[in-house]
Amino acid sequence: MMAYFAELDPMTLVRALPGNVAQGLIWGIMALGVYITFRILDFADLTVDGTLATGGAVAVMLIQGGMHPAAALIFSTIAGMLGGLVTGILHTALGIPGILASILTQISLYSVNLRIMGKANQSIGIGQKGLVASLRYVSADNSYLFFVKLILICLALVAVVYWMFGTEIGSAIRATGCNEQMARAQGINTNVTKVIALMISNGLVGLSGGVYAQYQGSADVNSGRGAIVIGLAAVIISEVIFGKLCAGKKIAFAYTLTAVFVGAILYYAAYALVLWLKMPSDYMKLFSAIVVAVFLAIPYLKDKYAVKRKGA
Amino acid sequence: MAYMLELLNLHKTFNRGTINEKVALDGVNLQLNSGDFVTIIGGNGAGKSTTLNAIAGVWPIDQGSITVDGVDISDLSEHKRASYLGRVFQDPMTGTAATMSIEENMAIAARRGGRRGLGWGITKKERKVFKEQLRELDLGLEERLSSKVGLLSGGQRQAITLLMASLKEPKLLLLDEHTAALDPKTAAKVLELSDKIIEEHHLTAMMVTHNMKDAITHGNRLVMMHEGRIIYDVEGEEKKKLKVADLLNKFEEASGGEFANDRMMLAN
Repeated sequence: MMAYFAELDPMTLVRALPGNVAQGLIWGIMALGVYITFRILDFADLTVDGTLATGGAVAVMLIQGGMHPAAALIFSTIAGMLGGLVTGILHTALGIPGILASILTQISLYSVNLRIMGKANQSIGIGQKGLVASLRYVSADNSYLFFVKLILICLALVAVVYWMFGTEIGSAIRATGCNEQMARAQGINTNVTKVIALMISNGLVGLSGGVYAQYQGSADVNSGRGAIVIGLAAVIISEVIFGKLCAGKKIAFAYTLTAVFVGAILYYAAYALVLWLKMPSDYMKLFSAIVVAVFLAIPYLKDKYAVKRKGA
Repeated sequence: MAYMLELLNLHKTFNRGTINEKVALDGVNLQLNSGDFVTIIGGNGAGKSTTLNAIAGVWPIDQGSITVDGVDISDLSEHKRASYLGRVFQDPMTGTAATMSIEENMAIAARRGGRRGLGWGITKKERKVFKEQLRELDLGLEERLSSKVGLLSGGQRQAITLLMASLKEPKLLLLDEHTAALDPKTAAKVLELSDKIIEEHHLTAMMVTHNMKDAITHGNRLVMMHEGRIIYDVEGEEKKKLKVADLLNKFEEASGGEFANDRMMLAN
């Protein structure tokens, strides 16, 4: 036992931290998208696993073709939005249950992603200039500049989402997610609001995939596998830890959205910790699923326990 | 003059061709003049709420037509019909969005029938107006504009739903047993508020109720339904003179004395 602990070097953990933060911020963009469908629209959207990889594939192929990496992200976003559009149409116009509609899109995107890249994996040239994010930047001397830039991008996205859900359309989307019958009685076309929300959400996911591919230097058809679980983990961790802090604030919604990024960073910190404890990396998906299951179960069990106590 | 509402020969059968087939509307005809306030009574399954749902467009009707102020709305989707209709439901949870604030709910209702764009979902000017309107409810809600509706009581939620239904003046107000889930005192208050709002805005309204006394004392017209049809229709002075016993007799006549188990017995 002592030998086991003696072997663990705390400095490894510290050295891994900047990478975790960067990864958390990038995946936080995806988690922001997951928040929109899962919490605002009340729709379990598994399209995410597909659109994340699509965003990466589109970015890498366009960069290979000579496009500026920042411009390529616009197309990653659009590609993600199209994925959301397909799920939305399957669900609203064709009446397929939400989860199933999103699984159908996700599965078909696997083929689409292979077609975009021509093979399972594509890389960005090592000397590529102008990348929005890269592993190289994390270990560079002026890495703080990269982090400042990344944080500003994330905050800008929070601001955009905050604004969007304060508009008339945004309010209509929130009403749809909360009470569809009320929304329709108030003249809201709930099919349209659902499609819009799915598009905004998956646009963010596509963007996240594009940034992540640049960060990694490559895109892979399997990069999105289980992404939804990581997104959910970030959302739920942020709610459990910051839920009370955010509530009642004047712009509580903006705090909540920002907390999603912190949730994503904490997820990667926990991830690093588990790896550091020499858990085999094969178990990491299991670890992610357990984190989500536990945090989803806590509020439910708390309620149940509270009722019991009251009854006694 | 055109009727404010004209129902012609409405038919609706649920689960057609299955063992659960149920003829819910079997030729409903009704004409309402502008400003009419009709109360609708009848036993369970008589087609009262079904009639209101048919007007609101919750599902398409099998046959017949629905015309509101000269416009045939029979083929419009539910959200499109919303521009003509104000609705309050039996379940206080149905009419409002629980996770949104009072003012946000009202702002959504204020845009019923209008285009929703990228303008702010609620403006400062609206907040002021909403505050004044809430003050008139006299429930102390004017100080709780940013409270989540989910934190309010059933009566408060129904009062807000009523207010929301009238923010953008509807051609027709549909009240679907909107006091049935409330305690008697709160129910009376919500009914009083309904009368006030209908009167103030000169609304044309339909109110489904199980309470025969309420059906007699409210509105200028009373309709009784049985097995998907309107079997009795009185208005004006004749309606004012009605007694609960008269309605019970009418009802017994229609149902061939089989009403002993019906909820209407409990209405006194």
